[in-house]
Amino acid sequence: MTTAITADGIRKRYGDVQAVDGVSLTVRAGEFFGLLGPNGAGKTTTLEILEGIREADEGRVELLGLPPWPRNPRLLPRIGVQFQASAFFDRLTARETIRTFASFYGVGARQADGWLERVGLTDSAAVRTDKMSGGQAQRLSIACALVHDPELVFLDEPTTGLDPQARRNLWDLLRDINAEGRTVLLTTHYLDEAEVLCDRVAVMDHGKVLRTGAPAALVRDLDDTVRISVESGLLDVAAARELFTAAGAEVTAVHDDGVLLSIATRLPGPVLAVLGEQQALRGLEVRGATLEDVFLHLTGREYRA
Amino acid sequence: MTEPTDRSRSGAFAGLSRVMLIAFLRDRTALFFALLMPLMFLVLFGFLFKGATSAHVKVAQVGPVAVLDSVPPDARADLDKVLTIHQVPDEATAVKQVEKGDYDALIEQGPGGQVIVRYSAADQVKAGGVQAVVQSVVQQADQQVYQQATHQGPAYTLVTSQVEDQSLKPIQFLTPGLLGWAIATSAIFGASLSLVSWRKKRLLRRLRLAPVSIGAIVGSRVLVTTVVALAQTAIFLAVATTPTFGLELTGEWWLVIPLVLCATWAFMAIGLVTGALAKTEEAANGINQVVILPMSFLSGAFFPLDNTPSWIQQLSHVFPLRYLVTSAQSVLSRGGGLGDALPTMGGLLLFTLVVSALAWRLFDWDDA
Repeated sequence: MTTAITADGIRKRYGDVQAVDGVSLTVRAGEFFGLLGPNGAGKTTTLEILEGIREADEGRVELLGLPPWPRNPRLLPRIGVQFQASAFFDRLTARETIRTFASFYGVGARQADGWLERVGLTDSAAVRTDKMSGGQAQRLSIACALVHDPELVFLDEPTTGLDPQARRNLWDLLRDINAEGRTVLLTTHYLDEAEVLCDRVAVMDHGKVLRTGAPAALVRDLDDTVRISVESGLLDVAAARELFTAAGAEVTAVHDDGVLLSIATRLPGPVLAVLGEQQALRGLEVRGATLEDVFLHLTGREYRA
Repeated sequence: MTEPTDRSRSGAFAGLSRVMLIAFLRDRTALFFALLMPLMFLVLFGFLFKGATSAHVKVAQVGPVAVLDSVPPDARADLDKVLTIHQVPDEATAVKQVEKGDYDALIEQGPGGQVIVRYSAADQVKAGGVQAVVQSVVQQADQQVYQQATHQGPAYTLVTSQVEDQSLKPIQFLTPGLLGWAIATSAIFGASLSLVSWRKKRLLRRLRLAPVSIGAIVGSRVLVTTVVALAQTAIFLAVATTPTFGLELTGEWWLVIPLVLCATWAFMAIGLVTGALAKTEEAANGINQVVILPMSFLSGAFFPLDNTPSWIQQLSHVFPLRYLVTSAQSVLSRGGGLGDALPTMGGLLLFTLVVSALAWRLFDWDDA
């Protein structure tokens, strides 16, 4: 097994703030890895240290077997970095922009134009970057990060501010990039996105990694209740309670709000069996915990900076 | 893909140069300040100073004045160059018109051989001019009468000739001055604003994560700034040497090119320092103006320093623009040669070196 990213006990302090407090991570080659955490959790600093923009006070980092700090010109062509704010040159068109980035890596214009086509910007190639929509700018910045065919890609909140269509299209693109064998490290505030895209995620807070694992495993470990709902009026609340008890189905709450009859339980099987026997399955919905529940469980609900 | 090749190194240099040149050419404001505004100043100042050099006076003549009327036609043409004479029928109207400033003076015949000049003291220079001109006309007439009476030639004759070509005509100090100012402005602003904006937009950070050498970044900026400065020089000289402006280039005028190069790099170094100090474009704008405006005024970019107090002349030695303006003046139109240009170029290069070192120390990839 080859390792794309290794971080071992990295720490970084700014004045009184311990921004990163002993983070250790391992990302395997070809993995799609998500770095999650509320604002101020230390994600950005961790990312900057991994990318080689900042030096850690303590700890060891290796990308593709090489230390990113100090700046290593032999490593740089093998990694691609996309920034949160779209960093484009003034008054250039999309085509000029990507060709310029390509020139930094000795990549020709044809390959650059190929990436423009791949992110669906061929028709907007002559548009100035400041006139592009948010989705177009994001796709261009991802294309600029990938133009030299890197093995390891850092994507910092690539879908922030996009409409649902643009977001889904970008997901397809990111999946393809990963499927081609590239290792992707993604930071995002959208937990559905992390759940859909990432093989594994690390949840960070207060400069530490709280939990690492596959999104499904983290959700399962949360052992949260499942919420089952059917149309209101199919069953009387009191009658339903009796039926569940009789069937040995353990429920934590039964509630009818006039629209839905909702049941919360840790064991959905027997509850569903009872509802089936009673022919009370109209409008059935079963909702389990999501990565978002894991996230909130780990990091709490108070507002962050 | 594993090692930065020569191709990627030259590619980054070419790519960055292209980016900066395109950004400049597409920036109408930058183009205006780099080319159009200095040219507008050249036109404006050129005509302004042209008018100031002639001391033409307009006088009202009341009734016949023998001395003036008897001037022979060829001498009359000479007189017209400095004096315009209008006939005004009566004295009272003429006095009013002099008071109003329509005429600079009135001339009338007094009793006996008297010529009476009445002038307004509002414009001392013109009042003096009228007196001097009429005085010389009267004296000449007097002399002729005397010579005719005695049948002798004149004992003394005054021969005059202009020395104008040895001194500075407005275009001769305006061209190097305004050119220097234009180059200083675009070199300082170009370097400092691109540094600030690239840092603020995190482009510097992005460049740092690409296999682009610092040499390629700095080198491309130097190339573009130099090309812009040379274009400014070419356009300025082309305009100034047209018959309208009448700048005449002397022998070693081409020395202005290496002078401009060295000065451009010196200005660029200043821009790199202000760009390293300023965190936002607005701050960079302010700092640059604080540097450029006093430097331009105190370096003789807009007016010659010859008549300024000595402390200003002393102070001007601090500014690289002064050396460019003075040496460019010398090689462009005063017949200066390599001996004038070389020490200046050396000084400017030294300045560039020292200030660049300072910029290097202040430089930061990130604003955080």
